[in-house]
Amino acid sequence: MTDVSPNNPLAEAAPSAPPTSQMQDIWRQFKQHKGAVMGGGFLAFITLFVLFGPFIWTLEATKLDIRAKDMRPIIWGIWDGDAKIGWNHPFGTDQLGRDLLSQMIEGGRASMAVGWAAMVLSLLLGTAVGVLSGFFKRLDFILMRFTDLMLSLPLLPILLVAVTLFRERLSQTFGIETGMFILIVSVVGITSWMQTARIVRADVLALKEREFVLAAHSIGTRPGKIIMRHLLPNVLSPIMVSATLGLAVAIITESALSFLGVGFPSDFPTWGKLLADAVQRMDLYPERVFLPGLMISLTVLSVNYIGDGLRDALDPRMRGR
Amino acid sequence: MLTFTIRRLLLSIPTLLFISLAIFMLLQLSPGDPMSQVPLTVPPDVKEKMREALGLGQPVYVQYWKWLVQFFWIEPQVFIDWATANTWWAGWLPDTSFAEGKLRVISWQTRGPVMDLVIQSLPQTFWVVGMAYVVGVAIALPIGIYSAYRHYSVFDQAGTFITMVGFSIPPFFTGPLLIWIFAVQLGWVPSKYNTVLEVVDWDTFVMQLKQMVLPVMVLALQTTAQISRYMRSAMLDNLKQDYVRTARAKGLKEGVVVMVHVLRNSMIPVITVIALGIPSIFGGAIITENVFAVNGLGYQLLIALFASDIPTVMTFTFIFAILIVLFNLIADVLYGVLDPRIRYD
Repeated sequence: MTDVSPNNPLAEAAPSAPPTSQMQDIWRQFKQHKGAVMGGGFLAFITLFVLFGPFIWTLEATKLDIRAKDMRPIIWGIWDGDAKIGWNHPFGTDQLGRDLLSQMIEGGRASMAVGWAAMVLSLLLGTAVGVLSGFFKRLDFILMRFTDLMLSLPLLPILLVAVTLFRERLSQTFGIETGMFILIVSVVGITSWMQTARIVRADVLALKEREFVLAAHSIGTRPGKIIMRHLLPNVLSPIMVSATLGLAVAIITESALSFLGVGFPSDFPTWGKLLADAVQRMDLYPERVFLPGLMISLTVLSVNYIGDGLRDALDPRMRGR
Repeated sequence: MLTFTIRRLLLSIPTLLFISLAIFMLLQLSPGDPMSQVPLTVPPDVKEKMREALGLGQPVYVQYWKWLVQFFWIEPQVFIDWATANTWWAGWLPDTSFAEGKLRVISWQTRGPVMDLVIQSLPQTFWVVGMAYVVGVAIALPIGIYSAYRHYSVFDQAGTFITMVGFSIPPFFTGPLLIWIFAVQLGWVPSKYNTVLEVVDWDTFVMQLKQMVLPVMVLALQTTAQISRYMRSAMLDNLKQDYVRTARAKGLKEGVVVMVHVLRNSMIPVITVIALGIPSIFGGAIITENVFAVNGLGYQLLIALFASDIPTVMTFTFIFAILIVLFNLIADVLYGVLDPRIRYD
């Protein structure tokens, strides 16, 4: 006797696997993008490195030790037996004897904090502008003209001007480090929300005409509720993709400002600042340029790869291929 | 199309005015005092007079209006005067003197007209940036075309990886890196850009070429990374279309199909991206110019900013704004011209 009788339709259509949720599908697709997975791994590693680094490597980043100045990284010992190296400073020290490893950790903390905060700020602004102008017809024209205007501003010069102008005032109010942090986060956030706003607006415009929004309207749901319950969850995927791009842009912008000498003060290391300070003596100590530069580049590269992977994973047309 | 262009041109005037107002208001908040470098022995009442001479005592709207008049009315007059006196194309006209005795935009650093600084630095920026852009695009297009044609091949994988890396490495890292490799270690090229070098014979030409290589490479890397990605995805979109199958079916050669049919259709979005990318590369040029000490717009802007030389910062930032608005306009118009399906009116 056969297992499946021809008149039993249920036995035929037995699913081979339990049903998967959307999140599982996205995760499966994301896992197939090797670059994205490696990028995610590296970003997690860097984040843990800067978060918990100071507890493991307890040497203070700003501690001067003039007797141990200009030490090379430990790896120099492989090809240069006379190099001044030591396990107490595995990445070497700078011209004032400050430990490079702890400086990298501290600098990473500042760069990552600025990057994340500026990215969140620009996402909030961009989503708000995009949803408002997509959902309310009356606001659309003026908000989109404003977005166009912001897009035609020369951003880097304006950033430079804004940071130089407000530095003193905010430093006096909040103290130099907090002041600079607030200033850089806000100027980077305020000047980078436009792309998100445009993408979100386009999506909201399309979603607004769908039946489920009409249904929500017809049972008397208030606009605020519709936005929160029905629209925002549906525009989450483009927002996540632009979040990754935003993080990369924010980290690069902060480092560029520090590099041009308008960022954080020099005793407050960030990756960009470390790189800029090391450029003058690059011919003698190139590793001091390479280390922070490599950190910035690798972080941005991994963030960009995550964005690539997310874009593929969140696109239902790409999924399952 | 013409009406659209004219409408966009007219629309860009209020945009530019608004941008100039925004920059001006931002600079009004500046704590920097142009009198800070005047010696302390100068008595306060003299200082007050110097301030007035710079127009600092005036209300904000008067200062803004004066800047507008100086930039949009008097500077063109100066240009016309110069053109009728010195150039071959307008020199035959009687010499004019529209701008004689009129106040121009004066830099607080050099006490000379800001426009002289612009004239000095604009060619440097255009040379380096323009050359970098041309080189970048020239490298990017073949890479994009070939990686799309051989989708998922080794070349495609490598190309995608390299463009991703080029996209991610900031110019303030590639700059020092290339200097260290090619100038310090190998000694092939100078590490700094010599702005006063004049090309008179073969040797100086080679010298000029050598010193331009590094800044151009740094800027071109960013361009190449971006444009080749766009080119690749545009080609991929078009290679799947039905008209490609039709073209192959009627027996056209593969070269003709790809290089004529597909390429022409793929170039439409790419050309827009190329035009739109020009303003952002000027932004990138600020960093590159500072790495290599090229005496261009961005370098001058940073110097003026640190000297709190407000009129220069204002004018230079505004020139960046003009470039951006101009190239956005060109991109929009080009898109309409190249793609007959797009009609704006």
